[in-house]
This record gives sequence, structure tokens and C-alpha cells, in this order.
Amino acid sequence: MSALDSVGSDEARTLDISLGPQHPSTHGVFRMNVTLEGETVVKLKPVFGYLHRNHEKIAEKNSWLAAMPYTDRLDYICPITNNWAYAFAVEKLAGIEVAERAEYLRVIVGELTRLQNHAAFLGFVLGDMGAWGSALMYAFREREKILDLFESLTGARMMCNYMRFGGCRCDLPPGWIEAALKVVDYFPAFLDEMEALLTGNEILLARLQGVAPLGAARAINGGMSGPVLRASGVDYDIRKVDGYGIYNRFKFRVPRGEVGDCYDRFMLRVIEARESVGILKQAIAGLPGGPIVNPKAKQRGFRPPAGEAYGRIESPKGELGFYLISDGSDRPYRFRIRPPSLINLTLLEELCIGTKIADVMIILGTVDIVLGEVDR
Amino acid sequence: MNFFALPVHFVQAPNELKAWFLSLLASFGVPAWLLVVISAVLVIGTIIGVFLVLFALTSVLERKILARVQNRYGPNRVGPCGLFQPVADGIKMITKEDLVPRSADKIVHFLAPVVMMVPALMVLAILPYGRDMVPAELDAGILYFFAVGAGTEVAVFMAGWGSNNKYSVLGAMRAIAQMVSYELPLIISAVVVAMVTGSLAPSAIVTAQGDFAFGFFPGWYVFTPWGFVACLLFYIAALAESNRCPFDLPEGESELVAGHLTEYSGFKYATFFMAEYVGMFAICGLLVTLFLGGWQAPLPFLTIVPSWCWFFGKVAFVAFTMIWVRATLPRMRIDHLMTFAWKFMLPMSFAAFLAAACWHYAGRGPLAWALSAVIVGVPYLVLGNHFTARFSVTNRRYQFSE
Amino acid sequence: MNIPGSGIFKGLVVTARNFVGSYFEKDRLTTEQYPEERPTLPENARSFPFLVYDGTDPETGMRCVSCKICEKECPPQCIFIVQDRDAAGKAIKRPKVFNIDIAVCMSCQICVEVCPFESIRMDNAYELSAYDRFSSLLLDKSKLLKSNTYYRSIHPTEAAETDGRIEADRLKKEAAAAAKAAAAQKAAAEKAAKAVEAAPELQKPEASA
Repeated sequence: MSALDSVGSDEARTLDISLGPQHPSTHGVFRMNVTLEGETVVKLKPVFGYLHRNHEKIAEKNSWLAAMPYTDRLDYICPITNNWAYAFAVEKLAGIEVAERAEYLRVIVGELTRLQNHAAFLGFVLGDMGAWGSALMYAFREREKILDLFESLTGARMMCNYMRFGGCRCDLPPGWIEAALKVVDYFPAFLDEMEALLTGNEILLARLQGVAPLGAARAINGGMSGPVLRASGVDYDIRKVDGYGIYNRFKFRVPRGEVGDCYDRFMLRVIEARESVGILKQAIAGLPGGPIVNPKAKQRGFRPPAGEAYGRIESPKGELGFYLISDGSDRPYRFRIRPPSLINLTLLEELCIGTKIADVMIILGTVDIVLGEVDR
Repeated sequence: MNFFALPVHFVQAPNELKAWFLSLLASFGVPAWLLVVISAVLVIGTIIGVFLVLFALTSVLERKILARVQNRYGPNRVGPCGLFQPVADGIKMITKEDLVPRSADKIVHFLAPVVMMVPALMVLAILPYGRDMVPAELDAGILYFFAVGAGTEVAVFMAGWGSNNKYSVLGAMRAIAQMVSYELPLIISAVVVAMVTGSLAPSAIVTAQGDFAFGFFPGWYVFTPWGFVACLLFYIAALAESNRCPFDLPEGESELVAGHLTEYSGFKYATFFMAEYVGMFAICGLLVTLFLGGWQAPLPFLTIVPSWCWFFGKVAFVAFTMIWVRATLPRMRIDHLMTFAWKFMLPMSFAAFLAAACWHYAGRGPLAWALSAVIVGVPYLVLGNHFTARFSVTNRRYQFSE
Repeated sequence: MNIPGSGIFKGLVVTARNFVGSYFEKDRLTTEQYPEERPTLPENARSFPFLVYDGTDPETGMRCVSCKICEKECPPQCIFIVQDRDAAGKAIKRPKVFNIDIAVCMSCQICVEVCPFESIRMDNAYELSAYDRFSSLLLDKSKLLKSNTYYRSIHPTEAAETDGRIEADRLKKEAAAAAKAAAAQKAAAEKAAKAVEAAPELQKPEASA
């Protein structure tokens, strides 16, 4: 039976294909069952769960401290902000104060994580568009510098395991601040090079502008957070709204877009990266001395009082929250993660209907998901 | 041997060698008709050999150039600087299992690579590689090029259809749509040159670009306003015909698998790959012939360097720019591709045609140059801004809150 | 009115600059050609745990006292310890069996943090590929024990701090022991003096008899 035997019947008009789970552009093991009419998408069902690793159940079995390295593996591109969200939720649950120097260190490594996440995002979106990896290699060259900083500070490039309850695990080795400042000083030049390569590029503009616009009301109703929400014009950045940590001591601007299409989501992360550079410079300049962890907080054998808490931070992907219930014992009773990547996928079908099949990858790329977070 | 004739002998080395070999055979009493056959076989063999070696070299050099653009080393393990990589790739391709889907149309599936390769090789016959070095001196050489070159499009569809796979058919249909749309600007740009020269023979076109303005500036057609635009259009259409970035949608890896080549493995895939590169060289060769002066040297005193060196040097340069473009630009979507071909490139090619005609009939003087520049410049700016006005950096504003 | 195509041209200029720059500028071409060039790891780099022993004999110099805190705190539970017993069956402060399955270990360094006896530390060897999982990646005590000299060579700062802490502890213990000995001596001397005072009364009846 040849491929076109059913020409003329109803089933010839639509084509069902499955994009993934092995696919060069789905950012992990992610599957989309797409129904196409010609080149246009009429239905899209995301299928995930290929990377489910029982994170929340494992956390109920291990102690509070032992859950920290597992949070590294959630959004594996930004491990340190995952650590921070968990430590922040536990500190809220048990009422622990964070050491002053540790707050500054948290902001420094957190913003560095944001920089390297947005650099990787730039590279991946361009790779999805078929730019044969040039932008990817430039972006990863910058990201390597930041990962080298993490390695000399925490011992591992990615699975850093850096935050502890009430502070950070280890202090800066000699020469680290100077190296970090060098990386931060060069980063705007890298962003300028990427903008020269990409932003005026007519092919890029044609592929990103006008694709899958998302209105502000719909974005809020769909539970979006992070750059996707701000690109749709909603002024909501948890660093400003909650003012967690010491973010209200730094001057930085929160950008927002107008149309909320792929181009806005793309450009917004570039602008955010520039703002992060500003925050980093202020934090490095204001770094005080002192202990890096609250001496009254116990790490091993930690038993918070019974109760519940929801702690959230602005991770590079969106609002990353941990909802923790403690029953007074040395292990969590309930450990629930609010994954921004999963909740940002809520509107994926709606964004993709009516676009061409080639755009589906771009839309998925600009929503910027990581499967470790989607599936946990 | 006359010492002063040495440069000529060196410059005409291929012809001299062939003549010497044939005279050697004739002295052994080989009949004249056999000499003609042997001469043809020698020429064909040399050309195929040269282009297959070029293909092998380009496949590794492309990876190395792409790598250097991306700030990394390319293949550098096999052989000196990695130049034996094509040998390793060839061995890999040949020893792979040749899979044919059970429900595929066997004959069509088998013939597709052949039908792709043969026209790509046949069009190499009319390109002038040097002074007096055209394998087949055809009066309608350009016509022959396009007529035979269209055979590759049939092969693409044979590959897609014969695989009996809905993704391959989809990929093949997009590839055909792309190739057919870009044939028109390609041919019209070539016709512009033929019109100005007054002949469809490639060697005549090259000879017509041989004069030097002001005694030193080469009279290649690319240095005229209409020629520059026609060259650019030809170049873009050549990228689309060879399915290269930014027009590599049919092979889009991050989209629908490998398009029409999904069901090909091993030696058949290598044949497709080879045909694509040889086709790319052929079209680069035609671009060099039509617009870049073929085997002409850029400055009068540089004619000591052999003409065939100039030809292959220019082809290498054009191929390098194609690789450079591949490293930089993202892929175009199918509807943008079609809009670009029909609504921008086709009117621009007509504008170039008109500009060339005005340039010729206004006497080829300064007034003619100015007139033709205006006739191509105005449509370019108007059409270009019409299309890019919808997508522009300046129509996006981002607000900030403190 | 901008020239259409200028964005593409600017992009081509950037890639050309990178192409030329990769031949001349050192920080453009950052590839390290492994395995001929190995990366220089920073001092803090960690891969998998190992046990530290002082001196030259692993069995007598090892610092581990088999408290089993690391086994309890390890998140993926890749440590397995069995305490040693002496001839009479009483538990002694050494491990008989100490296994770490580095195929399971997630290099989180929590075992190092919680160890009270400075005996388990992180190694930085990363070329650990093997053909067989259980014979090569399940490290037993003999494979895990490495000397303090080795520890000082891979993590000098950390080793210096650890040695400093151990030295301070030892001095404190010696001072405590010396104080205890001095106190015991003083108590014995007082007891002896009291016995001497009581002794003449004992001798009197003998003298009168």
C-alpha cells in the first residue's frame, strides 16, 4: 500500500506524527503527538514522564539534608537556584535566619546561574532553527567560564549541592571574586556579539516575530511564570514582588514585552541577562565578611517543627516553589515541587495550533523547558 | 624546447600533456578514430577524477571551516590535519548495511541515487576550465546545463516516492516545491548574461569578460550594477537548488527526520551526498563562468598563473562563501522560502534583465551605468523594505519597571 | 529606511571574525584536545569518596572508627559498613567491611560533611571507566584507603585545614590527659599523705606491746 492510497478520503487530510521522545530538538525526552493538516498544526498532545525519577517519594524517605543533592538534578541546567528554592522553603518552615555573607553569596551564584542558563537558551533556540551550531558554540564558550567558576567554588560544574539551611556550604577560594568579576565584565560583550549575529538577521526575525503570540490575561490564567509571563506584558518578577533574600537592596529593572510572541520571549531573556550583570556587579561590590552559615541551624539530624511552608524563588525558568509539610520528624512528610517548566507547558497546545510544524520546535524552545523539572 | 615558450607550456599544461600522450600513441600506430575515443575518455576521466577528489576534500574542509567558525577544531585525527577523513567516511559508508524497506518500490528506490548523480556529472561537460579547455564545445551550453540539471529534481521525488514513507513523501514534496520555485530566478539571471554577451556558449561568455577597463580593472559582469544583482540572485538560487543552508528545509534534521533521504543508508546515501556536492560545484562553476570571468585573471600581469588555476580558485572561493553562509544563517520556513522566491527574487531578476538591456542600449557609458544602477536599486529597496517592514527590530519596544 | 539584508551581512561579519580569530586569538579556540591535553582541575574538584589513613600502614593508620554516620546520611545509600569485632566478640572502633558502590554514588559530598573523624574525603580522579560493574566499581576498604600524603597532594588547602584541626584536637586531648594525670597524681599524693598521718597510730600499739 503506497503512502498516497487514501487520497481523497478524510483521513488523507490530516497526518498524525509523533515528535519524539528521541528528537534532536525537544530538549530532553519529550514527546508531542501532533496532528497536521498540510503544514499546519491542528492538534497537539504533549506526552512526558519519560524522565520521572520519583524525586518527591525519595525525599520522603531520606532526611532533610539528603534531599538537597536531589534538587540539583531537577532543572539540571540551573542546579544552584534549585538548591536555593529548597533551602529557602526549609528556612521558611523552620524560621531560620540566613547569615549575611551567605545571602550575598547566594545572590552572586544565583545570578551567575541565570546568566549561564540564558546563554544556553540562546544557543539551543538557534540550534533548533537550523543555524548549525555557531551560536551554540559561542554561548557555550561563555557558559564554560561560569561552570569553571562553579567548579572552583563548589567542586562540581553542575551538581553543585551548594546551599545549606541558613547559609551556604563553602566559602570562596582565594582569587574567585576576581575571576568572577572578569567573567561578568566580559558578558555584555558576548551579548553584543550575539545580538550582532542574530537580532537584525532577517531570517531570524521572520521566524520569530508574530509566531504564537500570548496575551497577558491568557498567560496569567494559564499559570505562566518567568520570562514567558513577562514577555506577554505582565510585570511580575518574584525578586521584586516577594523581595526574598536581599534582592530589595539591589537596583535592577524588570523588562516586559508587548506582543508575547517567540521574538519577545527570546529578546526578554537577552535583556534580563544584561540586568543580571548589573545585579552581579552590585552584589560583588557589597560582599561582607562573616560566617557563611547560621551557626544555630542544624544540618545533620535537622528536625523542623511540625507545620507547612511554601517557598518560591524566581528561577531562570520561572517560579520554582517547594511546598513542604513537616510532622516534626527528621524526614519530610510531604515534599512537593512546583516545576515552572511543567506549568509553562499548560498552554503549549494553544500556542501551537494554527502554526506550521517548523514553528512547533521554536515555540517549545522559547518556552524553555527542562525535562528534569517537568518529570521530576 | 624554446625557453620563452615555457610559460605557455606550463599554463597550457593539461592540453599539452594530452597532446603529447596522443602523439605518443599515434607514433605507435594507433588508428585515428581510436585516438578520438581515447582523447574523450581521458578528458572525462580527468574531470570526474578532479571533481571526486574535490568532493572528498570539500567534505572534510567544510567540517573544518564550520568548526573554526564555531571556535573549535574540526576533524584532525585521521591523516595530516584530518585530510584523510573522507577515506574513513567512505569506508564507513560502504560497509554499512543497505536497508531497503519491504514495501518500497524497489526499482524507483534503487534508481533515485543514479538519476541524481548522472545529471550532476553530465553538466560538468560544458564548463570552460581554462583557455581552450572546454570538454564539449556546445553553442547552447547554458541551455544544456539547465536542461540536464533539472534531472536532479526528478531524482529527489523518486527518492521520496520510492521509500513509501509519509515523511519522505512530505520531505520530497517540499524539496520539489523549493527547487522548482528557485529555477526561475536562476535561469533568468543566466539569460541576462547571455543577452548581454549575445551567445549561449560558455566560452564566448568568458571571452567577453576578458577586457580590462582603465587598463587594470577586470571587466567581469559582477562589477556592473545589473551583473552584481544578477550574481547575487544566481548565488541565492544556487543555494536553494543544492538544498544548502539557509534553504536546507528538505534535510531539516531538527524537523521531520531526514526528509526524502530517510530510507537511504550506506552507499546510496553516500551517492546522494556526492551528487549534492558535485551539483554544488557545477553550479559554482557556472556562476564563475557567467559572472566572475571564468578563467580570466583579475589583473593583466597575473596571466602567468594558469587559467585553470584561476577557474578552480574562483570556484573554491565561491564554495567557501557557501560554507560561510551555512555556518551563519538559520533555516527558512517553507512559506517564507516560497514568498521570497516568487515575490522578491523573481521581480528582482526581471529588474536586472531590464537594467542590463538599458545598460547595453544606452551605450555602456557612464549614463548607462547610472541608469542600470537606478533600475535595480529602486526595486531592491522598495521590495526589500516592503517585506522586512513586517519583521523589524525597531517596531518592538520593551518597557521596564524599577 | 534600512538596507534589507544588512542584518544578514552583520551576522556574516561576526562569523568571519570568529573564523579568523580562531587562528590567532588564544581565548577563541578553547578546545583542549583530550587525551593528549588533560584539563587542570581546580583544587576543589570532587569525584568519589576515599578513606584517609595516617602514616604508612593503611590498617593501623586509618581514621575511620565505624560510627556509621556517613552510611546513614548518604542520600542514595551507596555506603555499606560492618563494624569489626575483637576475639572476644566485643565491638572495636574499626570497620571490617567498608564498601562504596561508585556506580550509585552521586558525588554529593554529604558523607564528607557529616564525618566527625575527618576520615572520609573526596577524590578527584575521573578516569574510572571499567568493563565490569561489580568487580571494578564496587570499591572495598582496600581500594578506598589512601594515605594522607596523597590527600595533601590533591587538596592541599583542605588537607592543611584538616591536619590543623586534628593537631588542635590532639593537643587538647593531651592537655586534658595531662591535666587528668596531674589531678590523679595530686589525689594519689594526698591519699599517700593521709595514709602516712594514719600510720604512726597504727605503729603505737605494736610499740607498746
